[in-house]
Amino acid sequence: MSIHNILTNAGEWLRGDGPHSQIVVSSRVRLARNLKNHAFPGWAKKTERLQILEAIKPRVEELPEMSDAFSVYSQDLTALEKQVLVERHLVSREHAAKGVGSAVVMNRRQTLSIMINEEDHLRMQAIRSGLQLKHVFKMIDKIDSALEERLDFAFHSQLGYLTACPTNVGTGMRASAMVHLPALVLSEQINQVIQAVNKIGLAVRGLYGEGTEALGNLFQVSNQTTLGEKEEDIITRLHKVIEQIIEHEQNARQMLLQKKPNTLLDHIGRGYGILLHAYSMSSKEALNLLSFIKLGIDLNFFPEECRQPIDELFIETQPAHLQKGSQQKLAADERDSLRAEIIRAKLKAFPWPDADRVKPPDADPTG
Amino acid sequence: MNCDVCKQNQATVFLTQIVDGKMQKVNLCESCSREKGVTDPTGFALADLLLGLGAAQEIERSGATQKCGVCGFSQADFKKTGRLGCSHCYETFSEGLQSLIKGMHKGILHVGKKPSRLAKSLEREAQIKTLKRDLSKAVSEENYESAAELRDQIKQIEVET
Repeated sequence: MSIHNILTNAGEWLRGDGPHSQIVVSSRVRLARNLKNHAFPGWAKKTERLQILEAIKPRVEELPEMSDAFSVYSQDLTALEKQVLVERHLVSREHAAKGVGSAVVMNRRQTLSIMINEEDHLRMQAIRSGLQLKHVFKMIDKIDSALEERLDFAFHSQLGYLTACPTNVGTGMRASAMVHLPALVLSEQINQVIQAVNKIGLAVRGLYGEGTEALGNLFQVSNQTTLGEKEEDIITRLHKVIEQIIEHEQNARQMLLQKKPNTLLDHIGRGYGILLHAYSMSSKEALNLLSFIKLGIDLNFFPEECRQPIDELFIETQPAHLQKGSQQKLAADERDSLRAEIIRAKLKAFPWPDADRVKPPDADPTG
Repeated sequence: MNCDVCKQNQATVFLTQIVDGKMQKVNLCESCSREKGVTDPTGFALADLLLGLGAAQEIERSGATQKCGVCGFSQADFKKTGRLGCSHCYETFSEGLQSLIKGMHKGILHVGKKPSRLAKSLEREAQIKTLKRDLSKAVSEENYESAAELRDQIKQIEVET
């Protein structure tokens, strides 16, 4: 399979048909593993990194799950192709910066991605649409069990799986869910939620780690610690917390509909207006406005058919996705006008946000 | 404001994270933020970065000056990168790492998954240990018949591995 197939077909998690996918965009679990008797990638010399790579890559490629895999050395990908994979969360930004001595193997559906010689020798992840942490854990656990039959992983009887950074030692597992929480942000409850989640040892980060005011009202919730707790227990705890966050978000949406319908309509209406008429749009602005349209769809202001195009725009308006169709690298202002053009074209097919369909009986949207 | 990592360039990336109710702030320049993967949408780099920086200080405080005998990694390298050199570094720097790991994790003992091959070999080791104890007991009791049996069993397990 070629990079072309990967670039032209969006992965499974972007189709958004998993459980609770209105609020939970994706669930992801990654495991960090290292070979014993080899230096970690950041410390190993180039020849050793190549040895490690050649020891691991064939073992990954022969997995039954990887029978239709896209497998590529890092130096054989262009910067733009790597960036597309980063925007799809299939490789990390750190891995995208690697050249000779690293590789990535992913399946056709883009649900499994195995990075070789990232910060650790192996970073294996499974990602699916919606809330299905248990399922993605099982997927990646199976891969891990199959690989450890053939590879000697660094394992310590007390510390568990050994990793380059002590923050990952133990299970080497990071489980996370990406959640869309516009109503909790609009109603200013988001900080309370983040604090509550932090208190129980889970981390909340924005889409790009820019602090708590996340772009597009998208947040990532993940486990903070990896030692002293079983994988299944971490997953169960995280799953329960995400379920509670969903409930809070839904309550906040109902509250807004009942108590502040105008604020809500104003955000959705302005978002629609700007997206439909702008001729220059940064990716940050696009994400923030698209978030309100997505909320509008969840609340029936727009018909359900609008969901797929909006979900696609979330990713297609990202810088690398935007440029993958054009021959040369675009300057920032060229990207902004191309982004606006793509958005206008898609939104043209949308009907006006129809407030009457969801208006609570006693609210007056014109008042 | 200068970058917290290189202390040279103008900081343009400002990170705020709340961990255990404590606010942590880091200011980085463009190139350090890229190097540290801070703009990584996969989002795991920030804690690593913060804890990694803290981690380095922790080891330094423990006053260790040794190098890892296997990979040649030193505490100065850890201070610089926040990452270890190889899996043996966990033994080399165990003293400094212990309190560090205790501070960043829920526990200090791994209770999760074990590599199945390793689990099997641990099981076999335990089995042999028990058999050997039984054997010496049988010998001391001059129970040579069961001693011979036990010896054969031990041999059998050792041959299998």
